[in-house]
Formats: sequence, C-alpha cells, structure tokens
Amino acid sequence: MTDWPILSTVTFLPLVGVVLLLLTGQEGANGRRNVLYISLATTVFTFIVSLFIWIGFDNSSASFQMVESHEWLGTGISYHLGVDGISMLFVILTTFLMPFCVLASWESIEHRIKEYMISFLLLQVAMTGVFVSLDIVLFYVFFEATLIPMFIIIGVWGGKDRVYASYKLFLYTLLGSVLMMLAIMAMYWNAGTTDIVELLKHGFPAGMQTWLFLACFAAFAVKMPMWPVHTWLPDAHVQAPTAGSVILAGVMLKLGGYGMIRILLQMFPLASDYFAPMVFSLSVIAIIYTSLVAMMQDDIKKLIAYSSVAHMGYVTMGIFAANTQGVQGAVFQMLSHGIVSGALFLCVGVVYDRLHTREISAYGGLVNNMPKYAVAMMIFTMANVGLPGTSGFIGEFLTIIGVFRVNTWVALFAATGVILSACYALWLYRRVLFGALEKENLKQLLDLSTREKILLYPLVALTIFFGFYPAPVFDVTAASIDALVNNYSAALQAAQKLALAVTH
Amino acid sequence: MTAELLLASLQISSPEVLLALGALALLMIGVFSGDRSSPLVTGLTIAVMIVALIMIIFVAPQGEAYNGAFLMDGFARFMKATALFGSIVALLMTFANAKSDQIDKPEFPVLVLLATLGMMLLISANDLIALYLGLELMSLALYVVAAFNRDSIRSTEAGLKYFVLGALSSGMLLYGMSLVYGFTGNTGFEQIAQVLSQETRSLGLVFGLVFVLAGLAFKISAVPFHMWTPDVYEGAPTPVTAFFASGPKVAAMAILVRIVSDAFIPVVADWRQVIVFIAIASMLLGSFAAIGQKNIKRLMAYSSIGHMGYALVGLAAGSETGVSSIALYMLIYMVMTLGTFACIMSMRRPDGTAVEAVDDLAGLSSTRPFMALVLTALMFSLAGIPPLAGFFAKYFVFLAAIEAKLYALAVIGVLSSVVGAYYYLRVVKLMWFDKPVGEFARTPGLLKLVFGFSGLFVTAYVLFGGPVGTAASAAAKSFF
Repeated sequence: MTDWPILSTVTFLPLVGVVLLLLTGQEGANGRRNVLYISLATTVFTFIVSLFIWIGFDNSSASFQMVESHEWLGTGISYHLGVDGISMLFVILTTFLMPFCVLASWESIEHRIKEYMISFLLLQVAMTGVFVSLDIVLFYVFFEATLIPMFIIIGVWGGKDRVYASYKLFLYTLLGSVLMMLAIMAMYWNAGTTDIVELLKHGFPAGMQTWLFLACFAAFAVKMPMWPVHTWLPDAHVQAPTAGSVILAGVMLKLGGYGMIRILLQMFPLASDYFAPMVFSLSVIAIIYTSLVAMMQDDIKKLIAYSSVAHMGYVTMGIFAANTQGVQGAVFQMLSHGIVSGALFLCVGVVYDRLHTREISAYGGLVNNMPKYAVAMMIFTMANVGLPGTSGFIGEFLTIIGVFRVNTWVALFAATGVILSACYALWLYRRVLFGALEKENLKQLLDLSTREKILLYPLVALTIFFGFYPAPVFDVTAASIDALVNNYSAALQAAQKLALAVTH
Repeated sequence: MTAELLLASLQISSPEVLLALGALALLMIGVFSGDRSSPLVTGLTIAVMIVALIMIIFVAPQGEAYNGAFLMDGFARFMKATALFGSIVALLMTFANAKSDQIDKPEFPVLVLLATLGMMLLISANDLIALYLGLELMSLALYVVAAFNRDSIRSTEAGLKYFVLGALSSGMLLYGMSLVYGFTGNTGFEQIAQVLSQETRSLGLVFGLVFVLAGLAFKISAVPFHMWTPDVYEGAPTPVTAFFASGPKVAAMAILVRIVSDAFIPVVADWRQVIVFIAIASMLLGSFAAIGQKNIKRLMAYSSIGHMGYALVGLAAGSETGVSSIALYMLIYMVMTLGTFACIMSMRRPDGTAVEAVDDLAGLSSTRPFMALVLTALMFSLAGIPPLAGFFAKYFVFLAAIEAKLYALAVIGVLSSVVGAYYYLRVVKLMWFDKPVGEFARTPGLLKLVFGFSGLFVTAYVLFGGPVGTAASAAAKSFF
C-alpha cells in the first residue's frame, strides 16, 4: 500500500468520471440523473481516497511526502509529485468542495449538464495538480490549465454578461502567468533544474531574485487577487453559476496564495524581504478599500466577491510577515475562507434558485419563513466577519499577530478591516434576512430542502469545529511552516553577513 | 564525378529521386487518361509520398551528395519527414470535397508532388545554387496551385498576387546571394562559413545577408514580407490553403535555420538583430491584425504570421536549444494547422456551399459536438495554453530565448501571445457561448479522421510528447 501512487490517483481520478460521462447520454430525465450521479460518485469517491493522504501523512516531518517521480517529456522536466504540510490540506480542501459543487448544480443547471460536469472534473484535476506538483513546469501547466474549464463554465452557464466576465478572467490571469513562465525559464537556466525540491535549496543571486520575484508575483497577485488587479474577480463571481463561484472562491484563489508561499517566500527570500513593505501596502489597501467597496454593492455575490478580495489581503499580509504566526494564519485563513466563502456562495445560490435575482433590495425578512436558512447564513456571516468561535477568527487573528511583530501600523490598519467587514456583512444580513416580510413573492419561499441541508450543514459544523479546535490543521502545517520560517531567516542572515563582510 | 560517388549521391537522395520519377510518371498517367483519372492520380501520389516518407525515416543514409550541394543530416531528416507528412495529409484532405473545390484535375496532385519535391531539395540544400533551385521548384508549383480554381476571380487573384510578390522576393534572394558570393567567393555553406570565420566581415556581405533573409522571410510569411499571406490564404481553394500552411512553411523555415546556422554562424550578431526584428514584428502583427478578421481563413493567415514569429524567437537564440525548439515548433504548428483546416473544410451547409465566416461557427458545440471539441482544443493549443501541445512548442522557443538572454524579445513575445489568445478565444466563444446560426452538412469521414488525429495529438502530447521532443533535439545536433 505504501508504494501506491496515491497523489496521482487523487489527481487523476476525476478523469475516470470524465470518461464515464463521455460514454453516457444526457437526454431525458434518466440521462440527466445518470450524469448527476456519476459526477457525485466520482467526486465523493475522490474525496474519500484523498483522505488516505491525510491518514498516511507524517505530521512530524517537514519534507515532502508520498513523492512520485518519473521522466516526463524527456527534456529535463520531470513528473514529480509530493505533498508537505502546506500543500496537503489544500488537496483535501479541493476534493472536499467538489461534491458540494456537484450538489449545488443539481437543479440549477438546466442545459448541457454533461459538458458542465466534465468541465468541473477537469478543473478539479488541474487544481489538485497545482498543489501536488513538485516540478515547476508541471506546476505551471496545471496552474494555467485551470483557465480552460473555468472559461467554459462561466461563458456557457453564466449570467447575462458572461462573455465579458469569462474573457476578463482568462486574459487577466493569462497576462499575469506568462511572465511567470519566463521567470521559470530563467530559473531553469540559473539552477539547471525545474525540480521544486532542488530549487528550494538553490539560492538565487540577489539581483536575479528581484526580477524573478516580480514576474512570479504578477501571476500570483492576479490569481489571488490583490488590489489593484482584482477587478476580474467580482465580474467572474457575479456571472459564474453558483458552483463556479464556490470553486473560484474556495480553491482557485488559493492557487495564488499557495504559489506565494511555495515559490516567492521560499525561493526568493531576499526579494520577499525587500518587497514585503510593498505587499503590506497593497494588502492594507485591499483590506480597507475593498471592504468599503463591498459595503456599497447591491448585488449579493458582488459583495461577497469584494469581501473575498479583502480576506485575501490578510493572507498576503500574513505570508509576507514571514514568521510562524503569519504564515500559519495565512494558511489557516485560506482554508477557512475556502469553506466559508464557498458556503456563502452556496447560500446565495439557495435564494437565487428560488427567485433568480441577486439584488439585495429584492429580499428582506426571509428569517420569517426560512429560519433554518437564516441560522446557516448567520454562522457563515459571522465566520466571514471573523467572530471568535468561528474558523474565520483564527486566521485573521493569527495573521494580524504575525504582522504586528513586523510592523504595528500594518496591523493597526488591518484590524480596522475587521470592523469594516462586520459593517458590510451584518448590513447584508440585515437587508436580506431581517425586517418585515413584505414582498409578495418572498412569502411563498420554502425553507431549505434536504439537498440544501446536506450542502450547508456539514459546512456549518466545520466552520464552528475549526473555530474552537483548529489543532488538526496546525498539527499538519506546523513542521513545514517552522522549517520554512527558519530557512527564510537563515537566508536573510546569510545575506546580511555577506553584506557586512563586503563593507568591512 | 566517379560512378561510385554518383551512386552514393543517388542513394543519399533516393527519396527525392523517387519523388521526381513519380511526378513524371503520374503526369503521364494524368495526361493520357484525362480528368477522370484525378482520384487515381491523387491516390498514387499519396502512395509515392508515403514510400518516400518511409525511405526518409528508415532508408536514406546521411551524408553529403553531389559535391556537397545536397546534405542529408539529422535536421534534414526531421524537417523532411515533417514537411512530407504535411503534404500527405493536405493531399488526403483534398479527397473530401475535390469536386466542389474545382481541384479534381490530375494536374493538381502532380503539382503538389513537385512542390513537395522542391521542399525536400530546399531542406537538404547545402549550397546557394541548390537552395535557389529547390525554392523555385517549390514556389512555381505553388503559384499554379494557388490559382488552380481558374474560374474563380479570388483564386486567380491569389495566384497572381502570390506570383508577383514571390518573383520579387526571389529577385531579392538572388541579389543577396550574388552579393554573398561576391564577398566570400563561394556558394557552398561550409565554405562561406570558413571564409567568414577567417576574415572580418565586409559591409557588402551584410547587405547580401539582409537580402537573403528578406527573400526567405517572404516564404515563411514573416513581417514585413507577409502582405501576400491573408489574400492568398483567403483566395486559394481551402485544401490548397491547408497545403500552403503546412509543408512549404516547414521547408522555408528549415532552410532559414540552415543558412544562418551553417553559412552565417560566424556573423551571428549581424543576423540576430534582423531575426529579432522580424520575430517581434511578426508576433505583434499576427496578434493585433487577427483581432478584426471576419473570415476564418484570413484569421488563420494572421495566426500563421504570428506563429512564424514565435518560431523565429527560437532562431534568434542561435543555439542548439533554439534549433531544436524550432524543429519541434514547426511540427506541432503544422499538426495544429492541418487539424484546423480540416475543420474549416468541414464548414459546409447541407446544400454543399462552403462558408468561411468566423461567425458561421456559432453554436457549433450543439450542432457538431465532436468537431467543436477538437476545434476548441486546437484553438487553445494555438493560443499556447497548457496542457496542450501548443504550449510546449512556445515553452521551448522561449526557453531558448531566455538562455540567449534575449529578455526583451521574450517579454514582447509572451505579451503578444496574450493578445493573440483573444482572437482564439473568440472562436471558442462563438462555438460554445452563442446560439447556432445554421446546420452543417455531414462531415466527410476523411476530414473527421484528420481533425480527430490532430485533436488527439495536441491533447495527448503532454503524455507522450517525450519521443517527439527527443527527436527534435537529436535533429538540432546536426549544427552544433
């Protein structure tokens, strides 16, 4: 069992579902049901298999585990997979969210359900691949490959302005990542390898790090997305179908954060240190500015999208604080945000399926006839705000502590973002759920169906569970993050010594 | 030349000899049995080409022939096999709609065969004279096939335009060659390189070099010698356009690589700036000018201009990595183009009229799901999105450019590929996001086979591309 290539299995298992889907017809109610059940079975099964990664994972080790390595393309690029404490949980997050995406699309996707599910399964392959790749070209291949299915998902099953949104998503992210491609090549010629494990040890010349950092930063900042290159995200979110939003917020944004930790921080420590103030500034602007923008939205999804940008600001801030608390907090915040924002988009989907509008003003007083929905939404809203006792609190709190140790002003500004997030989130909650139930069409709305309960309740449980007991996550990440932080400060000290030696 | 030397030469050039004899024999068959023999002659032509392909890969020995005018090496083998394969597939596709395209004449396959022979000679040319002979044999046959549908004004216009501009470029090439000869005293590539490495290069040689590059840039339709491409692509019958986009491009690119990496390698700094300029101009024009195109054949013309620019990025590097990246690029590009043209040839209304507007592809994913799927893969591949083959083609050329520290070139290249992605996305958008505008006729099985294979190639390259890449790097070893 130990030699079984579990990471390849988890990554490519959805392809089995794709093949099965290609072989089935989608005509009629039966065909539709087959498509749905095949997709659900594939994603659930993949999730169960992926849990074996967690079970087999050695928490005490900071090195890469379950490594697989094969020759690939015969030109120095290898097929090299492995996970460490940082990437492992993202794999689980991806496989965990996929069944929810399938369930969320159960009724809302009316046409071409087969192509829809195929796109999602392909997207899952690409996203999982990013987290398990230990070859930087392989990483890039998966990183970019996510664009194709996402483009199709938004463009075919999206809302009114779907074409504009899908183009914007595609071209923005492509523009960022092609620069990273050149950086990867430069890294190859400098280090003579594209293997991430080797590159982590390589230590690039200080002058080169600056440029490599900027090129890779362009890719990750767009994907993350950071202010001011975040504008594709609200458009994409608003137009995407519910499941598309869930996966976009839940996993795709994390590709950027993961890349920052894995590549920027670990491979270019000198440049990361040099550019940290810039990243802090951008993060603080993102936190405050996008929170204010969120407050002014009248579209529920757009509001949540802007709040995502703000929350990603905490992540970038935590990463570049480059101490244990900061990076721990960033990883935790990403995982928590994956669950919470995914859940919030599912909540939007619940009412959208009933009324087919996302205008905040079209709602009001839903608490009267949808009490169960109101409770679920309340918990996710609180988690979004970062209330203690929810998973959102842990991440925000740790990133702020982390950055406090580096720069108190940044921490101060970031903390105001918490207040602002309370403003927009609670105000949204008040306008949608509280108040009198006056609108006629709202009065007939039914509370959560069984399917929707299955969707939301596990997420409610997880949000609260991790809010009180985050240890399972920290146990996994601790060793890797400690090693990362130690290497980082060692690299900085070495550079300082060198600089001192030169001046004396 | 003694009898043994001649025999050895014939052995080295045996595939070309076969193609030449085949062309003559098939012309006779065609002339004596009239127009109805067209399918027979086409079939036999394909058979001859397949035999020649097998000979190139397995039989023909490497070495110099005809007193060094003809060279068969690893690079020639790779490029010849690629070009010949392209010709075979292009000719195969003419079976599908030969009648309505008005190309069901026995002269057509013979002309294609002669053009292919020209390509083979061109790729193997190791001497300025041999280069010119091969180039003209190829071009003259191409001028005629461009105007083959002589009842169509657009086709004749395309042929005429191609001929006039082609003649101009041949003139420039000849003039450049005469200057090179005048300043080095040699026509053989190796001798030229020898002379150049011993003496300081003179201004006259630089002039000659620039003229030679201009003449060849015309053949690969690189900016600023690209003007003919959109008109010829649009005007020529679609199967002919598919043929133009495949083999001839490969052959012209091969000789460009050979002449700069063999004869002019001592003056690399002089030609590199020309190539860098041509590459940048081609990439930018290919990306920006394609945005406004409404005709899919014109779109593909601009796309090909852009792609030649990317291939030249590899050449600008002037290294082994660069040459191997071009060999790989041309192969992948050719497969993608042939697949795309197979799709374009399938764009027919049920009454048989061919449509060529990009907008006619609207809603293809619901009317022709398989074709839409393949064309989507091809478009993303042409745009260079991983994990498709087109990404790896681009990856290796830019890898070579970064190795040669041509950072500005690489940055401009990747940025223009983002612009280029826009119009490829437009095709995908039409197929998937829009409502169908009309039915298409049943796709002929042959075309389905071609684009099916092409789609399989671009998607499966990520898994099985290793041997192809290895072959390309082995081919590049010929020079360095």
